[in-house]
Amino acid sequence: MSGGRGVSAGRAEVCVVACAEAWRGDGEVLASPMGVVPTIGARLARLTFAPDLLLTDGEALLMADVPALGARPRAVEGWLPFRRHLAVVAGGRRHVMMGAAQLDRHGNQNISCVGDWHRPDRQLLGVRGAPANTLNNPTSYWIPRHSPRVLVEKVDMVSGVGYDRAAAAGPSATRFHRIPRVVTDLAVLDFETPDRTMRVRSLHPGVTAAELQAATGFALEVPRDVPRTRPPSAEELRLIREVIDPDGLRAREVRG
Amino acid sequence: MTADEAVAHLESGMTVGIGGWGSRRKPMALVRALLRSDVRDLTVVSYGGPDVGLLVAAGRVRKLVAAFATLDSIPLEPHFRAARQRGDVELVELDEAMFMWGLTAAAHRLPFLPVRAGLGSDVMTVNPCLRTVTSPYEDGEELVAVPALTLDAALVHLNRADARGNAQYLGPDPYFDDLFCEAAREAYVSCERLVDSAGFAEGGGPQTLLVQRSCVNGVIEAPGGAHFTSCVPDYDRDEAFQAAYAAAAAGPGAWREFADRFLSGDEDAYRAAVDDFTEGAA
Repeated sequence: MSGGRGVSAGRAEVCVVACAEAWRGDGEVLASPMGVVPTIGARLARLTFAPDLLLTDGEALLMADVPALGARPRAVEGWLPFRRHLAVVAGGRRHVMMGAAQLDRHGNQNISCVGDWHRPDRQLLGVRGAPANTLNNPTSYWIPRHSPRVLVEKVDMVSGVGYDRAAAAGPSATRFHRIPRVVTDLAVLDFETPDRTMRVRSLHPGVTAAELQAATGFALEVPRDVPRTRPPSAEELRLIREVIDPDGLRAREVRG
Repeated sequence: MTADEAVAHLESGMTVGIGGWGSRRKPMALVRALLRSDVRDLTVVSYGGPDVGLLVAAGRVRKLVAAFATLDSIPLEPHFRAARQRGDVELVELDEAMFMWGLTAAAHRLPFLPVRAGLGSDVMTVNPCLRTVTSPYEDGEELVAVPALTLDAALVHLNRADARGNAQYLGPDPYFDDLFCEAAREAYVSCERLVDSAGFAEGGGPQTLLVQRSCVNGVIEAPGGAHFTSCVPDYDRDEAFQAAYAAAAAGPGAWREFADRFLSGDEDAYRAAVDDFTEGAA
């Protein structure tokens, strides 16, 4: 849990860096983070290893600078109202990191409702843009509390499309479908397996394989030699703490 | 025209599109007028916010066409949520982009438009009426044919309008209000302030003139007409009021009290009750 030279990173800060890493190498695309930790992550990526990323103010503006959370940009480099945002989604020049009420081993995601769709036990948001996102631009997920209720055997309503459902729907569905990363408060996961099912990419510092398995609602093997998630560097910690999130909002989403 | 006069053109059983997005620039004065009328059995087409919540709570909605219902700063619309969990509203749940192309198809008088969104998702399962089409070109791609969302009427709220029905937005996002008007047989536009056509120049360039009079049937001057949703730059969302709205939705008793206090009179009574609420909170 060391950020180097005696600076110790908390779990939320490890998650910020893991989210930031999802956008590494993406080039000049729109980063669309949902949630506080991914928002800090996207801004951190832009300030460090991904300077070409496009960032929105959460409304209709593309920001030329990188303000702290909650602050307005001092300079604007573009206009992106909802209808143009939908065109960017369809055009693929975007990498979104969404939330998930449920996510299965194939990457099917649900934000619509829990229980039978016709009369749900819990109505949630609705599918929003998840069906379009997953078929058109890379879609990663952020799960602030990794638990068996979120990482489930089968989701109740496929909002975001996973690898098996895309394959079953045919070439138009798989053509631009990609789920690069799932970041949780315990681990980083991906689908870089022959059958495109979820695997552990790295365990966050201090998390055990048994702890991860217990928090997952399906069998998720943790290889003996699985790496640890990269801790933040001293400079990254400074940017997170002093520049992007000086009010410490990240701790409300992930404890520690 | 007044909001009540506009709503007098609507009939039970109609398909009504409501502009804005989530808890932003919703034509709330028109929605409140709708609540005062006897119109019911509506099919409501909306990027849903408290417009959906209020109409569902009042039992006016038979069918809802939406991709979500949210209050933005409060993620879940409480009345929509309760109605769904009771099983008493029929839902056509579409993706946000499918919704836009459905309106676009209607505006262009096309039966459908093809999109990739929806394939592989349960949007196709829970809406068994949705069909796919195969591209007639060499790619041969199979895509979703989003049916036209043709509206009997559209209700939208903008910052400025002239008496003939041209309307201007001054915030950063047009949402889809022009599309709602173009997809509808009749459109009613409420505005913060009625101006003469020369007055538009004060607000911004010609690209801020979003809605054209050729598709508008009535204009209503309604200052504060989007309250409690936002109508920037004229005003932000009234977060304190919205929180009270959401809290009152938690139970039938609290909701009756809220409705009695704020929704039992006309728009002037509403404004007075809101002023009283705001002073009480200050």
